[in-house]
Amino acid sequence: MQNETRYFSKAEKVSAECREIYSGYGYKQYNMSRFEEYDLYAANRDFLIGDSIITFTERGGRLMALKPDVTLSIVKNAACEGGRQEKVFYLESVYRTDQSSSEFREIMQLGLECIGDIGLYQTGEVVALAAMSLSVISKNYILDLSHRGFISALADRAAIYGEARGELMRCIGGRNSAGVRSICAARGVAPDLTEQLAGLTGLYGSMTDIMPKLELMSVGEKADAALAELRSIYRILEEFGCAERVNLDLSHTGDMKYYGGVTFCGYIENIPFALLSGGRYDGLLEKFDKPGGAVGFAIYLDRLSSLPEPKSQYDVDILLVTQECDGAEVARAVEKLRRSGRSVMAVRKISKGGPRCREIVYIEKMKDSDGEVSGRKGYR
Amino acid sequence: MREMINIALPKGRLGESAYRIFESAGYGCPDVLSDTRKLVFEDESCAVRFFWVKPSDVAIYTERGAADIGVAGLDILLEGEHDVYELLDLGIGRCRMAVAAMTDFEDNAGCTLRVATKFPNIAKKYYLSQGRDIDVIRLNGSIELAPLLGLSDVIVDIVETGTTLRENNLEVRSEIVKISAMLIANKISYRFKNRRICELVERIRAEGIGND
Repeated sequence: MQNETRYFSKAEKVSAECREIYSGYGYKQYNMSRFEEYDLYAANRDFLIGDSIITFTERGGRLMALKPDVTLSIVKNAACEGGRQEKVFYLESVYRTDQSSSEFREIMQLGLECIGDIGLYQTGEVVALAAMSLSVISKNYILDLSHRGFISALADRAAIYGEARGELMRCIGGRNSAGVRSICAARGVAPDLTEQLAGLTGLYGSMTDIMPKLELMSVGEKADAALAELRSIYRILEEFGCAERVNLDLSHTGDMKYYGGVTFCGYIENIPFALLSGGRYDGLLEKFDKPGGAVGFAIYLDRLSSLPEPKSQYDVDILLVTQECDGAEVARAVEKLRRSGRSVMAVRKISKGGPRCREIVYIEKMKDSDGEVSGRKGYR
Repeated sequence: MREMINIALPKGRLGESAYRIFESAGYGCPDVLSDTRKLVFEDESCAVRFFWVKPSDVAIYTERGAADIGVAGLDILLEGEHDVYELLDLGIGRCRMAVAAMTDFEDNAGCTLRVATKFPNIAKKYYLSQGRDIDVIRLNGSIELAPLLGLSDVIVDIVETGTTLRENNLEVRSEIVKISAMLIANKISYRFKNRRICELVERIRAEGIGND
């Protein structure tokens, strides 16, 4: 097994292991074309991260796009009528602009979606699978849970809508309590409600620490329902044994407008960006006139490159010095050494700056008294 | 051993004031303010590591996790739209981002307004909210010169006392936003070093700073 995975990158190992886990919960691999009709993305811009899409015109005149997102295609094609459930995972490249450089990048994304007749269990299962995926990458991970319903209920109560709502969400998401207070002051929000909204920016921690504080802040049925859903999901996570590294972060407002309900975000120590992002997005299904709900997440595998990969001291285990031996003889020697499970590189002579190896073997020394390398001789 | 907190300070007067706040909150580190070419200063007893960087780079160091926390002006944060937490308004480096023009300049709303600035994103966002068509001229310094030489109609820039404007026959026409220095944090460090970062914020607050 070690030989098969010797040169797998961290992202390749993670994606293989995660897909194995997903299939164990009834998810099937979803493969898609690299292109989609541009109209799909143009009609659902709100759902996309960033505005830029690479487009081109097909021979027939159709405007096509290199896919900036996978979920839209999955939802478009999902068969979820009649109480069905579509459970899929995917490993696909998406094409987006980099936020800092504004240049297009190909991003390898591993994701999972559960669409159709879904309930609390399915949402909990997807959150648990997100936690399991993170633990495949590193045991030192954190999964933050949030619920947009709770923040919306507070903002509704404060009667903050439109542009100011966006600004309020930005300030809450940025843990900027001064900004929240200034927006509330400009809108004449009552002092106790202002303090609750500003207080959200400082709340972060485990379910046991934070939930009682949120319960005290709750402002009506919508907010209570959001907290009840979070508690139920946490109980599902406990059953799966994934609750230990889960925190509550109600300041997390999600990247996309379509997210509603539970959202979650995953982090790994030493990777300076969120690695996993997901949540309920029933609104998108509604837009496609499909019944039921939807929940899913994506892991940005390219971000794993920030993790220090263990550096190998050697390029190869054995450097086989062959000098002028003939090809078949070298092949026999290489195979003999390979059968011991070590990696071998054959070179005619040792050169300066050549590959770093554990051991140098001279083919001459492998020869027996007949002057031949012993081994498989079937074809001679 | 306690885990180290990495703090990026902006070189210059603002950074020195910010350091004094950390020092008074119990996070002092010898030699930080000394005249040396060293860039990194560490104090194991407080478990903090300070480093000096160009003011406009503090948010980048923090966003990418090289610094756990940093001190950056709101002007830089608004211009760069950096993905960091803005934990506290430190109340230092107070000034305002404003639109200024020659005292005799008469704005014609029917024409495209030529705007010289070091902050093109802030300028664009401001005029977009006003529904005004503008031509942004990005400059790197001496912004006040632009309207004097007819390069632009107005400027969008930081105004502290207004003396430079007055001396050049310019005046503030409108204020865009009040600026001060913010204590920012990397979003991942905030999670993995949560206890230490929250403790630091609380100790600064206990000094009467950032209580909104």
